[in-house]
Amino acid sequence: MKKIQILGTGCAKCQKLAAVADEAAKALGAPYELQKITDLKQIMSFKVMTTPALVVDGVVRLSGRVPTIEEATQLVG
Amino acid sequence: MDFPPLFRAVIRWTITVFGLVAWWQIYRHLAAISIWLTYAAGLSRGSSLGVAVEFFVFEVPKVMLLLILVVFAVGVVRTFFTPERTRRLLTGQSESVGNILAALLGIVTPFCSCSAVPLFIGFVTAGVPLGVTFSFLVSAPMVNEVALVLLLGMFGWKVAALYLSTGLAVAIVAGWTLGKLRLERYVEPWVYENATASNVAAGAELPSMTWYARVQSGFAAVREIVGRVWLYVVLGIAVGAGIHGYVPENFMASIMGRSTWWSVPLAVAFGVPMYSNAAGVIPIVQALLGKGAALGTVLAFMMSVIGLSLPEAIILRQVLKPRLIALFFGVVASGILLVGYLFNLVL
Repeated sequence: MKKIQILGTGCAKCQKLAAVADEAAKALGAPYELQKITDLKQIMSFKVMTTPALVVDGVVRLSGRVPTIEEATQLVG
Repeated sequence: MDFPPLFRAVIRWTITVFGLVAWWQIYRHLAAISIWLTYAAGLSRGSSLGVAVEFFVFEVPKVMLLLILVVFAVGVVRTFFTPERTRRLLTGQSESVGNILAALLGIVTPFCSCSAVPLFIGFVTAGVPLGVTFSFLVSAPMVNEVALVLLLGMFGWKVAALYLSTGLAVAIVAGWTLGKLRLERYVEPWVYENATASNVAAGAELPSMTWYARVQSGFAAVREIVGRVWLYVVLGIAVGAGIHGYVPENFMASIMGRSTWWSVPLAVAFGVPMYSNAAGVIPIVQALLGKGAALGTVLAFMMSVIGLSLPEAIILRQVLKPRLIALFFGVVASGILLVGYLFNLVL
């Protein structure tokens, strides 16, 4: 099952990324798990410098901005 | 229909150029348009309401046009910078050069206040000196293009230039001072435990973008930023218009004018805990200046509001011990204080 993690401390952009990622994953149809990570130490373990960040199956796919749904679909798929 | 790429490119560039020309034409004729509109509606020249409305009708499109243009331009410039690149540029720099570079990069590097902490950790663990990181952290939120454009559009290029240069100066000197104090021991230890060599996350480095993609980023920035602040701008101008038409000059001179020595510290004391984005503080700036407050005092107030805030202190508490936060705020606030006094003396 695809594991999608959203890294962010909770600002508006992080919520937006979660929503967009969720939409994209649903559109793809495959089963997935969406997890929001707000703990700073955990976020830092992924070595990102800018939040929000999108992590798919343990790999950071995007950081620092909110992608469009099309972009998100490509990143998650 | 699928047009060939060259044809599409030509169309895009034509539209962009056309957009710029249209912008320029509207901008040039704004004064005439606003006068016509106000008095065609039947208001008498010279009346308080007439003056206020004319001001409003002139200033709103003018500031909005400037805002759109500058946010677009900065949006495009920002596509050339990423935090990772900035970090690489800053790693291993000597203190003074690093401080200047960091302050300058703070203007053009895309920065969201929610990433302040990850960014801080990323910089510090990659070997960017603490003082240099602070210069960046002061400059990034405070010297921002929305603030500069609004100052430019509403108070003229001199005020904007002043804000830019003093903002950079405060960022550089504050960072340099903090660096010299050797405060690394007041950074939360777990931050340094995350130290690794190169923290470039996969896919986080921007591939080189086509010009079209950069222009699109510019437009996206306009939609996002102007979309967020336009209401504050309109409110600010409305307040300014009211003052223009109705309030007698020099109303505020007794409290915040140059002659009162305590107006600058008071302004900074009020501004530090407050938080607003650049556009939100402008109505207050308008009101104060319009009623006779001294420019130095008002600049100091604006910098304190945008540059330092209670929410920011709380966020930074995750990575800095209280003493360092206090020092950070203290040094920056002192810098702002000096700026305020300096300009009240000189201007």
